[in-house]
Amino acid sequence: MALELRQVTKVVGSNMHIKETSLVLEQGHFNVLLGQTGAGKTSLIKLMAGLDKAASGQILMDGIDVTNQSPQKRQISLVHQFFVNYPHMTVYDNIASPLRLSGMGKDAIAKRVNETADILQLIPMLQRRPHELSGGQQQRCALARAIAKDSTVVFLDEPLANLDYKLREELRDQLPDLLAGRGAVVVYATSEPEEALLLGGKTALMDDGQVTQFGPTAQIYRHPKNLNAARVFSDPPINIAEVIVRDNQVELSPEITWPLSSNAPKTAGTYTLGIRPNFVVPQKTSASQVALKGRVMVSELSGSESSAHFEMGCNAWVSQAHGIHNYTIGQEHDFFMDPSKCFFFAPDGALIA
Amino acid sequence: MKKHNQKAWLFVLPVLILVAFNALIPMMTVVNYSVQETFGDNLFFWEGLGWFEKLLRSDRFHDALGRQFLFTGLILIIEIPLGIAIALSMPRKGFWVPVCLVTMALPMLIPWNVVGAMWNIFTLPDIGLLGYFMNHTLGINYDMTQDPLAAWITIITMDVWHWTSLVVLLAYAGLVSIPDAYYQAAKIDGASNWAVFRYIQIPKMKNVLTIAILLRFMDSFNIYTEPFVLTGGGPGNSTTLLSIDLVKIALGQFDLGPAAAMSLIYFAITLLVSWLFYTLMTKDDLN
Repeated sequence: MALELRQVTKVVGSNMHIKETSLVLEQGHFNVLLGQTGAGKTSLIKLMAGLDKAASGQILMDGIDVTNQSPQKRQISLVHQFFVNYPHMTVYDNIASPLRLSGMGKDAIAKRVNETADILQLIPMLQRRPHELSGGQQQRCALARAIAKDSTVVFLDEPLANLDYKLREELRDQLPDLLAGRGAVVVYATSEPEEALLLGGKTALMDDGQVTQFGPTAQIYRHPKNLNAARVFSDPPINIAEVIVRDNQVELSPEITWPLSSNAPKTAGTYTLGIRPNFVVPQKTSASQVALKGRVMVSELSGSESSAHFEMGCNAWVSQAHGIHNYTIGQEHDFFMDPSKCFFFAPDGALIA
Repeated sequence: MKKHNQKAWLFVLPVLILVAFNALIPMMTVVNYSVQETFGDNLFFWEGLGWFEKLLRSDRFHDALGRQFLFTGLILIIEIPLGIAIALSMPRKGFWVPVCLVTMALPMLIPWNVVGAMWNIFTLPDIGLLGYFMNHTLGINYDMTQDPLAAWITIITMDVWHWTSLVVLLAYAGLVSIPDAYYQAAKIDGASNWAVFRYIQIPKMKNVLTIAILLRFMDSFNIYTEPFVLTGGGPGNSTTLLSIDLVKIALGQFDLGPAAAMSLIYFAITLLVSWLFYTLMTKDDLN
């Protein structure tokens, strides 16, 4: 099973919502759409699902043109960020409703519903109505509705965004198992880079109604095509600074320089340096690290990580490190960055090295 | 032991005074009248529950109550489905939304006695637009001052014209608050329009519809001005609804005792039906 988009666009009024997009999404792994709110993830999903009509281009499923087919004919399921269930039906009827509409027999439906409910731990709630469930249970019910059905494509549009932290982690761990071996193309939209990394598979970075980069998630993480892609795929935001490359060394400021390594640009000039916050740490761990100094403005602890927002010249950077580190707000602290983890972007934003 | 600070009562006092003057004191006056007989001169004679007993046994009251339930039942049966149907066919976005909403709201902005007078003139057989058309163009004998059926058709039509908008506006508010995601889910399942209506729109509109039915029940059960201006309760007693009969007893015959007893029974019925209905409709949400 594969879902293919050929030069698909979507226009609303005079606005181009989705700029020309071509993609081939395959089964067997997660296809993550990663982008900030408003990047066009939901618009693209609606196009692929057939809920919206493309202004131009073609959508193919297994080589068959489905551009003008209704969502029902396309045999898809969709899980929303909001918990969408039929309000007046029990959980059982909710899961069974798409099966009934597809004309499945009563016994087969009962078997399928019970199997799905078992995996999602919904058995005790089968006779309840959605409003009698907690948020997590409601979303599990919506997931069960989507999974119970024999669909060719399963769209998950930020399905965990409205759940609390614990539930989100729990469901995120379960999702790949739930969808494995179903032979469906799985499309998962999220705005969190971490989620894309955890789910693996392939990632399509989206920005301003466009897929800017598509490929195996790890590869995209390591080689963002341009500054924008690097920005989208970093949380906290990637640290950026103007650097000058000359005389075989990189110059961040007159005081902070380091020798050119293999990943640096070969030609002299001005570049934008980008480095993810987790490679800027408060303690020196290897000899090759470059020492920085910055005034700490904000520091915060989240889980087992501490992060510090610091000012260095005219750049505001973030450091993120494991363990608990104490910073004094307003004081200068030493930070160390790993030059081999730096990206260099040309003035037009393209990745040089 | 915990000390209680009684000063908090001061904050409740203004409301208590207000409620006392606008509800409790007038109500107790009515209760006072309902158990006594008076012939004026501020002379009262104890009557006990006599008025209540007489009233509940009187055919006149039974007839008026029957007419009242018939009227309320009919307008609810017409206005609620009609209101939902209109709300469903109204646009959800774009230029026509405000146009529709304002047009819908217009009848509700007209004072009640004006509505009664409008329909009175409208249906006059010799000069009214509708009356003349029915009698002289179509040749159908239509005169609400003579024919009880014509009178009933007229007051029902008038109420439907005046108040369906309220149901429309409430149902419309309920409809537009349904997130698109529900319609998308239904589309993906391939649910029919009927299924969308039955399983998404109706359940999601349930709360506003409950309010709409409750408001329409209370308003129509207590309706006075419009039928009074339109038919005055006639021809004969055929459109004498409870409130019209009540005013006849209280102000026409000046039987204050029986009128007070009737007011209380009237009030109790309205309250009881509203409470029963509301409790039944919200039973599901409570547990």
